[in-house]
Amino acid sequence: MLGQEFVSAAAIAASVLFILSLGGLSNQEKAKRAVWYGIVGMAVAVFFTVLGPGIGGYWLMIPMMIIGAVVGVYVAKQVEMTQMPQLVAALHSFVGLAAVLVGFNADLERRRVMATQLAGGATEEFSAFAALVATKTPAELTFLQVEVVLGVFIGAVTFTGSIIAFGKLSGKIDGKPRQFPGGHWLNAGAAALSLLLAVLYLNGAGFWTLLLLAVLALFIGWHLIMGIGGADMPVVVSMLNSYSGWAAAAIGFTLSNDLLIVTGALVGSSGAILSYIMCKAMNRKFVNVILGGFGGTSGPATEIEGEQVSIDAGGVAGALNDADSVIIVPGYGMAVAQAQNAVSELVRKLRSAGKDVRFAIHPVAGRMPGHMNVLLAEAKVPYDIVLEMDEINDDFAQTDVAIVIGSNDIVNPAAEEDPNSPIAGMPVLKVWDAKQTFVCKRGQGTGYSGIENPLFFKENTRMFYGDARSSIDSLLPLIE
Amino acid sequence: MKIGAPRELAKGEARVALTPESAGHIIKLGHECLVETKAGEAAGFPDEAYREAGVTVVDSAEALWQEAEIVVKVREPSEQEAERLRKGQTLISFFWPAQNEALLETCRARGATVIAMDMVPRISRAQKMDALSSTANIAGYRAVIEAGNQFGRFFAGQVTAAGKVPPAKVLIIGAGVAGLAAIGTATSLGAVVRAFDVRPEVAEQIESMGAEFLFLDFEDSQDSAGTGGYAAPSSPEFREKQLALFREQAPEVDIVITTALIPGRPAPKLWLEDMVKAMKPGSVVVDLAAEKGGNCDLTVPDERVVSDNGVVVVGYTDFPSRMATQASLLYATNVRHMLTDLTPEKDGKVVHDMEDDVIRGATVAHQEEITYPPPKPKVQAIASSKPKAKEKEPTPEEKRAAEHAAFKAQTKTQVTMLAVGGALMLLLGQVAPASFMQHFIVFALACFVGYQVIWNVSHSLHTPLMAVTNAISGIIVLGAVLQIGSGNWLVWLLAGISVLIASINIVGGFLVTRRMLAMFQKS
Repeated sequence: MLGQEFVSAAAIAASVLFILSLGGLSNQEKAKRAVWYGIVGMAVAVFFTVLGPGIGGYWLMIPMMIIGAVVGVYVAKQVEMTQMPQLVAALHSFVGLAAVLVGFNADLERRRVMATQLAGGATEEFSAFAALVATKTPAELTFLQVEVVLGVFIGAVTFTGSIIAFGKLSGKIDGKPRQFPGGHWLNAGAAALSLLLAVLYLNGAGFWTLLLLAVLALFIGWHLIMGIGGADMPVVVSMLNSYSGWAAAAIGFTLSNDLLIVTGALVGSSGAILSYIMCKAMNRKFVNVILGGFGGTSGPATEIEGEQVSIDAGGVAGALNDADSVIIVPGYGMAVAQAQNAVSELVRKLRSAGKDVRFAIHPVAGRMPGHMNVLLAEAKVPYDIVLEMDEINDDFAQTDVAIVIGSNDIVNPAAEEDPNSPIAGMPVLKVWDAKQTFVCKRGQGTGYSGIENPLFFKENTRMFYGDARSSIDSLLPLIE
Repeated sequence: MKIGAPRELAKGEARVALTPESAGHIIKLGHECLVETKAGEAAGFPDEAYREAGVTVVDSAEALWQEAEIVVKVREPSEQEAERLRKGQTLISFFWPAQNEALLETCRARGATVIAMDMVPRISRAQKMDALSSTANIAGYRAVIEAGNQFGRFFAGQVTAAGKVPPAKVLIIGAGVAGLAAIGTATSLGAVVRAFDVRPEVAEQIESMGAEFLFLDFEDSQDSAGTGGYAAPSSPEFREKQLALFREQAPEVDIVITTALIPGRPAPKLWLEDMVKAMKPGSVVVDLAAEKGGNCDLTVPDERVVSDNGVVVVGYTDFPSRMATQASLLYATNVRHMLTDLTPEKDGKVVHDMEDDVIRGATVAHQEEITYPPPKPKVQAIASSKPKAKEKEPTPEEKRAAEHAAFKAQTKTQVTMLAVGGALMLLLGQVAPASFMQHFIVFALACFVGYQVIWNVSHSLHTPLMAVTNAISGIIVLGAVLQIGSGNWLVWLLAGISVLIASINIVGGFLVTRRMLAMFQKS
């Protein structure tokens, strides 16, 4: 057994390593080292805590850790890069559930300790967390209860919310916003009821209050995320990421564990900042996204005139062969069709023909922050030709060909031109400034948001219908 | 209508106003084309080529002037040619009406309509007929070639086994069309090119061609927008400064090409005798303004003279004619565009629309009246550049004041936020036990650190960031570990489940992050 001093030292080391790990993500090369900081930090934290004072139950803990690790390895090896958003959402739900369970435990232990104390029994026999609880003053115990409520509530919302996000992202649940009649009033009602239960609980009501509170929170998480459309999932995933952090921090308070608090706060603020970045990229208010649906339309959208002109692979290949500069704008459609390798091959061919080929990535392209970057990296597209919106948006005017692969709203000129459009004011990639634009798209339908896209009707736009992967594959032999 | 091109009579003139190519287009407009025999020979267009294009070859000049209803020429007509004009006939050629008043009077008296290609207004629509520009372009190019011919060294600098060759330094005075063409040619030959113009707004054009603009700091610099893009005479003070600048350059430069012209005036003297004296032996001056008297003191029109110190001064006036094929092709195209504008219906009928800015501007004699000078065109040539609002360089005091104000505002928000936060902490501290406050300090600091750190994460790494934060949020396993030793079976069970799922989270999260990051690679 190691003493408390070891555990504390390990906690400090782990905190520093986690901070370094997050800070190291500032560029691709440093990131490879940063992830090791994270791994080492976690190993140090777990190792020293496990061997710390007052820990028991090894014969359950160790097997569980091993099983968990094996499952984790399996999942990590199996997952396809296109499924990253689902995986992250699923993992968030685990943190949420763990937070709920640990919260329950904390309350159960508190009750046990208090019952023993009331009965006048000896508190020295308690081990582990119960021993710690036994030393607390009444005021501290009240605070402990507040922390438990917060941890359980946030954890439960994260749990069901993440499961729904996972379902929506993996296509197991319909991506359209769906809610019970009553909509957000139901959520508000559930939240009010939770508050009432929390007050009851703090005033000494039984364990059932906490359980019911968790059930209500589960409902809120489920109902809230069901009401959000699939296209808003980047914000939802980062929001849940943030919640899982806050839940961990709340549990840290409960357990008086600084390492949990620090890590939870880091994760929480990281997720919050990511949500903010995503919302800004969509020009939406955070509240608006969470409450689901698009808000702020002030009139009928401008009618679009003209027609969508389609083109075949030969025509696209001809234009590509003539072009000197090409910008590719990938979107969720590329991920769905698993077209990233075909796109990478196309880029390789075009580049070896001496053409300037770059990628323009909108901050909310795909279903989670940075989704496209990961897919392109998987397909071995060098990251220095993958540029952000702000870096490349002004270059479209000097570009011969822009290819839009499976994205829609992020290249919608209505955002700039039509003040009545639901997405008015959202920053978009100006693909229409290119001399020619090809849109690779499955059919004539509208995108996730259901908004008509005037880009498709522009004079220099040609529609290249078909599944993204087979379309790009059909182009490959035609590129000289 | 019958359109005829006679052979040019002026000495040394090799160009022709109608090429087989332009004739083809003109025939499509419904006109008939005539050409005097051997008119195109010097420019490389034999009679045979004209016949193939469907042009009637006429044996004598007299017959051509007789037959043609519109005569197209390059140079202004000689007295004798002008005498051949008849009532209703149209002449299209360079005319220089300001210098050739007597000739203009003859034409008017004969009742002919004269369209002077040199009078085509400088508006966007008329650029395709701007024969001055196409001629100047050729002159500029040829001037550099001619200079190279006279110059005994390479243009480009080279380091060879036989020694180092410095690049030729070329100074180009006047950055009109000819000047810019000369800059382009000289830079592409590898010379170091400097250029000067009295119009400061052409600096950008000069730099775009790859030359260095010699800047002359002078208060009332010219704005050429009012004069249709041409230079105007400058004040004596300005001229002095300008000459001083040239004097400074003279010993350095190897080749000087002067192209300075002011419309309707003799060319300004810019390269004086003492400057030629200051130049190195073997240097070359090419004076493109020789026809109008020359920019250089030593220039003799149509001659190549060598100064006492061995500087060659070239005063040829026939640069375009020295590239007769190219010059004819371009000029004939300009003329063809003029005819296209004169034949709006493309039915072979000429409509001389005096309301049209371009036609009105170029017409100098019409219906026995002299119509020169034309009224101001309705469309202005170049948007007059707005009096440049001097970019107010904020004074150091103003700058400091602005910075100070920004700093103050920032301080204010920060202090307010700190005060509000501090007050909240104080309130919390009133009710919360001390142990909680200790943890809360840690929490607040961690949020702060997270905030500072996350903003630096690169956008493309947001997915790995989420995976990493997800993995480290598995730290909740510690909570379960702390509880698992409890004696209570329920606590024990729940903690066990928590350990399991948190472990999946940790291992899965880190591995997937590593997998993702390994994929990022540089090209």
